Amino acid sequence: MLLAGGIVGGRRSSSFMYSRAYKSIVSLPPLFWVGFFLLLPYALMFVHSFWLVRDGFLVHQWNLQNYHKLVANPLYVEVLLRTMRIAASVTLLSLLLGYPLAYYLSFHAGARKELLYQLVIVPLWVSYLVRGYAWKTILGSDGVLNGFLQYFHFTHEPVGFLLYSPFAVIVMLTHIYTPFVFLPIYAALEHIPRPLVEASQDLGAGQRATFLRVILPLSMPGLLAGATFAFVLSLGDFLAPLLVGGPSGTMIANIVQSLFGVAYDWPLGAAVSVCILLITVTLLFLTERLEKRWSFK
Amino acid sequence: MTGAKSSRRAPVLTVYAAVVFAFIYLPIVVLVAYSFNRDGVGGFPPRHLTFDWYRQLFADGAIWDAVLNSLIVAGASVALALTLGLLAALALDRANFPGKALFRRLVLLPLILPGIITGLSLLMFAVFITLPLSLLTVFLGHGTALISVTTTELFAGLQKMDRAQEEASLDLGATPWQTFWRITLPNLKLSLIAAGLLIFTLSMDEIAVTFFLIGRDNTLPLEIWGRLRRGITPEINAISTLIFAVSVALIVVWYRVRTRGLGTEPQELLERP
Repeated sequence: MLLAGGIVGGRRSSSFMYSRAYKSIVSLPPLFWVGFFLLLPYALMFVHSFWLVRDGFLVHQWNLQNYHKLVANPLYVEVLLRTMRIAASVTLLSLLLGYPLAYYLSFHAGARKELLYQLVIVPLWVSYLVRGYAWKTILGSDGVLNGFLQYFHFTHEPVGFLLYSPFAVIVMLTHIYTPFVFLPIYAALEHIPRPLVEASQDLGAGQRATFLRVILPLSMPGLLAGATFAFVLSLGDFLAPLLVGGPSGTMIANIVQSLFGVAYDWPLGAAVSVCILLITVTLLFLTERLEKRWSFK
Repeated sequence: MTGAKSSRRAPVLTVYAAVVFAFIYLPIVVLVAYSFNRDGVGGFPPRHLTFDWYRQLFADGAIWDAVLNSLIVAGASVALALTLGLLAALALDRANFPGKALFRRLVLLPLILPGIITGLSLLMFAVFITLPLSLLTVFLGHGTALISVTTTELFAGLQKMDRAQEEASLDLGATPWQTFWRITLPNLKLSLIAAGLLIFTLSMDEIAVTFFLIGRDNTLPLEIWGRLRRGITPEINAISTLIFAVSVALIVVWYRVRTRGLGTEPQELLERP
């Protein structure tokens, strides 16, 4: 029997190759673990957003009050809009820095390509906190940049608006997400068949036309992936505002954080989190569809 | 039009790329430079070279306790995420079960969602099952969130693996258990090492999830965070410089392992988060 199975098995697919027991052993532990430690926590977040806090105690009473508060309170709406502006600025700036860099590496770097590529990757693994802290020391009113400006007599007074402002948050997050945006764009550019670019030029299209009509459309999936990543992670960031943002740089995740901390209103905090989650998931879903449309073959 | 010809004709682009590189590296250079500056973290130019901050750092017990905590959490997270991630990759590659598509997406969520959402969800969960916050909750958070790193890495490895070896082993009378240990696992060795290093680095650096799960004992990033709130000294530059050096060393090891392996390209993990 076993032998017969083996002969037939020359073409058998993997689902026949492994026994039922094997499949259970490999799938049950991760399923239960992920169900218990990931699905359940996310579900709890969702459920909490429909509960209440009364006199400092959590009341398990189903209602939509939290969501109503969210929409009705202009503070939340204002902070959410500011957060989206900051995230959009970060995304745009990361693209403006990351795309030309990727383009340069892919088409013009020649023999230095591999080395330069590694150089972009290295900062990616340097601690988020360490890089945020570095910006704090650079942008502060007695920081490195102000010291530099005064040393060369560009200014005589320290420039104050650099740190503790939305500007600082944007600079720090752009710094963090530029390599992330660079990566998928670079990969997309590297996958463009070079004969296609040459054909475009042989047929008389100039540099600009070749870029706009061949290279840019073909790198669109990478561009979208990078942009989504930068936007989504900026949207939910609460550390950059705490580190360099100051009161005027408060973002939506800081509201969540304070609702879970000092304000002690977990259900309302959960409702704000669910909103962030919904925006994130919607964006991911949309870009996935867009990417599929762009990468038709 | 050859590559060599086109690479000469883009002076503006070359300068622009140099500026972007400067932007990326500026904070790191400043950080390292000022860790040797006697007069603190601000001002320009840095003068009076000193190793005092490093001396102070090495005598700082709280920092090294935090380093030890981080090492414990990262080590345990690597063990957990590798084991469960390996099983999950095998399951996704070889088994069909209800909810498979959901499972695949769910595992990836912690890498895609902002850390605060995963962190707070796990905080609510810990309160729900009345588990006090400690390094254990931090470990559960890191280990669970990083399963996806192993799964992504190993799933790609499994897809490229030659099935014939396992098939031959089974046909020649080896038990599935023997086949797993002697064929499957050795084939995945390099991917496992690479995933392990990556998980270790990510866990050592993690702050957004840890922020909500930390008890009395701090991990290194949380210890640094606490100090930042009290004011900044070049001692933080010194520890940051050391973290940077260790990260770079790990990356070099990672690439060595990676280039010898047949698995995914290192950047693929990040390309499709």
